Amino acid sequence: MTATPSFYHQSAPPGLSGIKAWLLTHDHKRLGLMYLGAVFFWFVLAMILGLALRTELMSQGRTIMGPGMYNSMFTLHGVIMVFLFAIPAIPAIFGNFFLPIQLGTDDVFFPRLNLFSWYLFMFGGLFAIVALFVGDGFPDTGWTFYVPFSIQNSKNVGLTVTAAFILGMSSMLTGLNFVTTFHRMRDKRMGLMQIPLFTWSLYATAWVQILATPVIGITLVLVVLERFLSIGLFDPAKGGDPILYQHLFWMYSHPAVYIMILPGMGVISEIIPVFSRKSIFGYKAIVWSSMGIAIAGSLVWAHHMYTSGMSDVSVFVFSLLTFLVAIPSAVKVFSWVATMYKGSIEMTPPLLLALMFIYLFSVGGLTGLVLGAVGTDIHVHDTHFVVAHFHFVMFGGTGFAFFAALHYWWPKMFGIMYPFRAAYVGAVLTTVGFLFHYVPMLIVGLQGMPRRYYDYLPQYEIGNFLAGLGAYVMCAGIVIMFVNLFMSFRKGVPAPADPWGGTTLEWKVSSPPPVHNFIDKPQIMDFPYDFKGVGEQLQPKDR
Amino acid sequence: MDIQDRPHVLSYFQLTVVLVILLALTGVTVGVSYIHMGFFNVPVALAIACLKVTFVLLFFMHLKYEGRIIVLSFISTITFLIIMIGFTFWDVAFR
Repeated sequence: MTATPSFYHQSAPPGLSGIKAWLLTHDHKRLGLMYLGAVFFWFVLAMILGLALRTELMSQGRTIMGPGMYNSMFTLHGVIMVFLFAIPAIPAIFGNFFLPIQLGTDDVFFPRLNLFSWYLFMFGGLFAIVALFVGDGFPDTGWTFYVPFSIQNSKNVGLTVTAAFILGMSSMLTGLNFVTTFHRMRDKRMGLMQIPLFTWSLYATAWVQILATPVIGITLVLVVLERFLSIGLFDPAKGGDPILYQHLFWMYSHPAVYIMILPGMGVISEIIPVFSRKSIFGYKAIVWSSMGIAIAGSLVWAHHMYTSGMSDVSVFVFSLLTFLVAIPSAVKVFSWVATMYKGSIEMTPPLLLALMFIYLFSVGGLTGLVLGAVGTDIHVHDTHFVVAHFHFVMFGGTGFAFFAALHYWWPKMFGIMYPFRAAYVGAVLTTVGFLFHYVPMLIVGLQGMPRRYYDYLPQYEIGNFLAGLGAYVMCAGIVIMFVNLFMSFRKGVPAPADPWGGTTLEWKVSSPPPVHNFIDKPQIMDFPYDFKGVGEQLQPKDR
Repeated sequence: MDIQDRPHVLSYFQLTVVLVILLALTGVTVGVSYIHMGFFNVPVALAIACLKVTFVLLFFMHLKYEGRIIVLSFISTITFLIIMIGFTFWDVAFR
């Protein structure tokens, strides 16, 4: 495949072979792939659970499961998708793999800590699985674990929040590693405004991980203490405050939305200029908007609580702050579109998925304004509208960015190309299914159908049926995309070092990269998105 | 670049001076607890504690010798903590 032995053929630390070379590795690339395997498992499991939920809702009354099982399944779907897919997917897989390379270095600052983070991630996932089979089974609280229900119910809440706590530790340590690597390990010739935008987005995300994750850790510990010791922190009868729990929970869980979406935005900022053969429009504006989203996004948590009984002054302030987040998000969207304007656009699966991201994320953002405004939020609070909105952001955004990243960096990670036709079919089916799935949910939500309800009134049946149908189409598209990628191993078409004409440092090393990333000292460009001469260098046979 | 190449190893003498200051401030904390200042009891105790924390951060944790970005990063974390606690109390105050 390449003259230089790749990281698959050399272990780090040296001397390890077989399964030990993976389980004891310090190599950020191997760890990225280990996260890929784990995250893929959880994603497929949560997708199956989601499909079962939508199947249940396709007709009124009982379809395939009872109400208790339904409650536990939507909780499990939420917990897995949030804590085991959306949060770790892009930073832990692609961040681990590409951040050190984009910074021109050979590994992260704390390689052993990186391995420890992976074990914490696996351990947290194991706890979630164990919670299914011991005690009274998986909780039915929803992924938010709201008090007083989470404190009073008999299900296995303690074990599940412990799983979330451990997963939070993993996320926090990964963030710590990224911030330290960013400052201490990057090539000394690389100034702050020469850093690729994906790495900048990971840096902004890492700060949110470090600052916000401890809050959820403490909050989940408080839930466990309340369950077993009945301290009364959230119990008004003992002088506690149930709304305090919501403050603490959303203090992390809203910034967590940005932990999920910011790296996705970084992926899109890489893909758009490469396939437009044009320098990114507004590089500095994108950098500052990443930091702006990280900062402003950490100050808007209580917009989830307008109907909770919170003070009117707080409602007003948090609504105002929420609208401020739209500004840096819009800066990014406008910059991506402006980059494509008059560019030499070349359609590829990563670009198609990136374009779908922009569209779906924009719908998610605009429906978010409906929820950010207090008056309209009260009408749609806790309805299917909210569910559709956050799936537009989380799945249309993070999910599609994950698919785009997978198709963009697949040749680099595995050294092989994949067929484009099936990737296009999968991407289009996923998007069409996505719209059929979530647009009806927006509509039934506006009409008043509450979220998390097992059954509904007859007027919501058509919308729910269409949503279920869309779910099947969407899942079929996702399966086609994944099968296509897996089949590329069978065909084994070798990928060149730079199949797309990328300009950032990962495209300067062989595919897959050598164990220490760079054989020679990397050449640091004055500007990471300078496409002068790229078109001439790129040969058609490279595809 | 914010990479700090110059070493900043503190001498035993410097560390001892900081330790003595911290112990002295602990003594001050104990001392002022015997003086009744009404409303100012808690603010004074917190001010002394903040001063002690500042010494620990600057010298024991070497913040004094770090570059601007590290110092800025640290200040940001403190600012966020203040905002998070402040906004939550704000809700309770106006309820």
